[in-house]
Amino acid sequence: MSDITIRAENLSKRYNIATAKYRHDTLCEQLADSLKSVFLRKGRSHLAERTFWALKDVSFEVRQGEIVGIIGQNGAGKSTLLKVISQITVPTNGRAEIFGRVGSLLEVGTGFHPELTGRENIYLNGAIIGMKKEEIRRRFSAIVGFAEVGEFLDVPVKRYSSGMYVRLGFAVAAHLEPEILLVDEVLSVGDAAFQKKCLDKIGDAAREGRTVLLISHNMTAVNSLCKRVLWVNGGRIVEDGPAAQIVTRYLATSVKGMDLSEEVWDDVNEAPGNDMVRLHRVRLRRQDGCLSDPLTMQTPFQVEVEYWNLVANAHLHTTLHLYTAEGIIAFTTCNLNDRPLAAGLYRNVCFFPGDLLNSGPHRFVVLVVKDASSVIYSHESRVSFDIFDVRERQGVWYGKEPGVVQPVLEWKTEYLGGEGS
Amino acid sequence: MDLAAENTRKPSVVIQPRKGLFQLDLTSVWQYREMLYFLVWRDVIVRYKQTALGAAWVIVQPLITMLIFTLIFGNFAKIPSDGIPYPVFAFSALLPWSYFSQALAKSSSSVVNSSNLVTKIYFPRLLIPLAASVSPVVDLFFSFLVLLVLMAWFNIAPTWGLLALPLFLGLAIMTALAVGLWTSALNVRYRDVGNIILFLSQVWMYASPVAYPVSMVPVKWRLLYSLNPMVGVIEGFRWALLGKESPDYMLMAVSSSVVLALLAGGIVYFKRMEQTFADVI
Repeated sequence: MSDITIRAENLSKRYNIATAKYRHDTLCEQLADSLKSVFLRKGRSHLAERTFWALKDVSFEVRQGEIVGIIGQNGAGKSTLLKVISQITVPTNGRAEIFGRVGSLLEVGTGFHPELTGRENIYLNGAIIGMKKEEIRRRFSAIVGFAEVGEFLDVPVKRYSSGMYVRLGFAVAAHLEPEILLVDEVLSVGDAAFQKKCLDKIGDAAREGRTVLLISHNMTAVNSLCKRVLWVNGGRIVEDGPAAQIVTRYLATSVKGMDLSEEVWDDVNEAPGNDMVRLHRVRLRRQDGCLSDPLTMQTPFQVEVEYWNLVANAHLHTTLHLYTAEGIIAFTTCNLNDRPLAAGLYRNVCFFPGDLLNSGPHRFVVLVVKDASSVIYSHESRVSFDIFDVRERQGVWYGKEPGVVQPVLEWKTEYLGGEGS
Repeated sequence: MDLAAENTRKPSVVIQPRKGLFQLDLTSVWQYREMLYFLVWRDVIVRYKQTALGAAWVIVQPLITMLIFTLIFGNFAKIPSDGIPYPVFAFSALLPWSYFSQALAKSSSSVVNSSNLVTKIYFPRLLIPLAASVSPVVDLFFSFLVLLVLMAWFNIAPTWGLLALPLFLGLAIMTALAVGLWTSALNVRYRDVGNIILFLSQVWMYASPVAYPVSMVPVKWRLLYSLNPMVGVIEGFRWALLGKESPDYMLMAVSSSVVLALLAGGIVYFKRMEQTFADVI
């Protein structure tokens, strides 16, 4: 068992949210209000501010060399937790003990001055994040190499592209080498190659026995980098355990709130459609019937379309156009139906196998086609679904793969003889 | 055995709500002295990088003020200058005064202007007003060179009193910091402090012996007058630079005590307020 590096006991942080009416933004207003309360004897009760607990009784321990992911919705208290641990803000209650030098990376390039050159900013930023002058001098060439700013080293950073700016900022931070590294969502900046570099560096830190606390919304990265995850919600730690397990549970709850999985119209006269066809239901379901679990890239699911056919002996097909978040049609698919349909309610089910779609949000358009040629009704469904990528990957690339689909195809390798070279 | 080892291990940092009013933890300022150095270095570089005239600008400003003072107070109003040529008399006071007004303006807005640092990184917040109070010393140095030229022009030789100048420079920095600690912390909460400072610094100059000598102040008001901390600083500078008869010790003592009291109170107040900086800023 290795040593404890962070021990937090009942950490709580209360914020006062003064409503606009009572807020004193200027000294004059404050004085006026104080005078009023003295003379009118109203006391300060009407000034009572609403309070809210950004953190409430958070307790946990982290041992040396652990990489702990912190996940949760926006506003759950993740950043507040890191700010308390990194001493930026003082807790209202509770206590935390830190064993070792802390480096916090809540932002890339903190304290960069636009007028100063890259070289000058390396020294300035290094000093601000807690490096000694001697340390910066020693690692200077390594930092410059990592940042890939080359001939721009002596140019003011205000002339840098945003990519160069971020690279330089991370390069300095990456060479801080603290015993405990606190990282907040820096993985969301920069291009793909840069993100990979950042993540590799975090992986290295852990191999060297450093402790890392990492806030991220990139579940693939969390799953691959962290063994353990703290799930924060409403200022409390709701789950603390193995990464894969907690991430899956977290995604399940976040999906429920966000996605619509069914549209139903019960009244045939009110339902969308026309005098030939009216929709009854559009529904998305996992094929294993598990309702609460999130859709991952591996999950087979099905889309069901139910409609009333109002014209006897119509030749109807159902077509789905599947859209990605970027508005690109990933593909279209239709049922091949030759028989004429009697009037009545029908259900068409389309089965999507796992290992087909890429990750990300999706939606679709339902088309009803007559005689395999004319679209008689088109419905832009409000049913939407997010497909998550939770594959565990080793030190390669944690971001989204390019492409609208991500099918798993069969490959083979054949030896064709020869010695090579 | 593991357990025993763990119990004896001392945490390098304990995070908890600060309780005592006087838990000041000033040693951390010393630990972060390199960062202080870099903050001052940044301020100085940026100041001289952005201006076309560079150092010249620093000299021109007090020179013009001195010329105006000479014209209005020296020639028109015929204000006495203790037997020293009026331009030198005025400039020797403008030296600490320009420094003070500049340092005060900078340190008052320093914490607010550093909000990107305050909300993203830990370091002793005292470094921010401290750096802002120290960096204008570079400007002071350039004006000092101008004063030497001016003194040579009027045939005034420096005296041994010059050796005491660092002492009064220290007092000037302490005064700027003492006031800056209060105003910078107040400014985080109330943004109109910035406007007040502009006004205050104008009034303050006329309440200080910049354009006129202390000897013009009626004796019965002297004690009240010396409560102004800049009185001690300016009198000290004049004495050290021009070597006129030694300053009124009573006045210097009162003035310096006010500086010390302001500084001590400022540190306590700043440390109390700094806990909420990241939340309020």
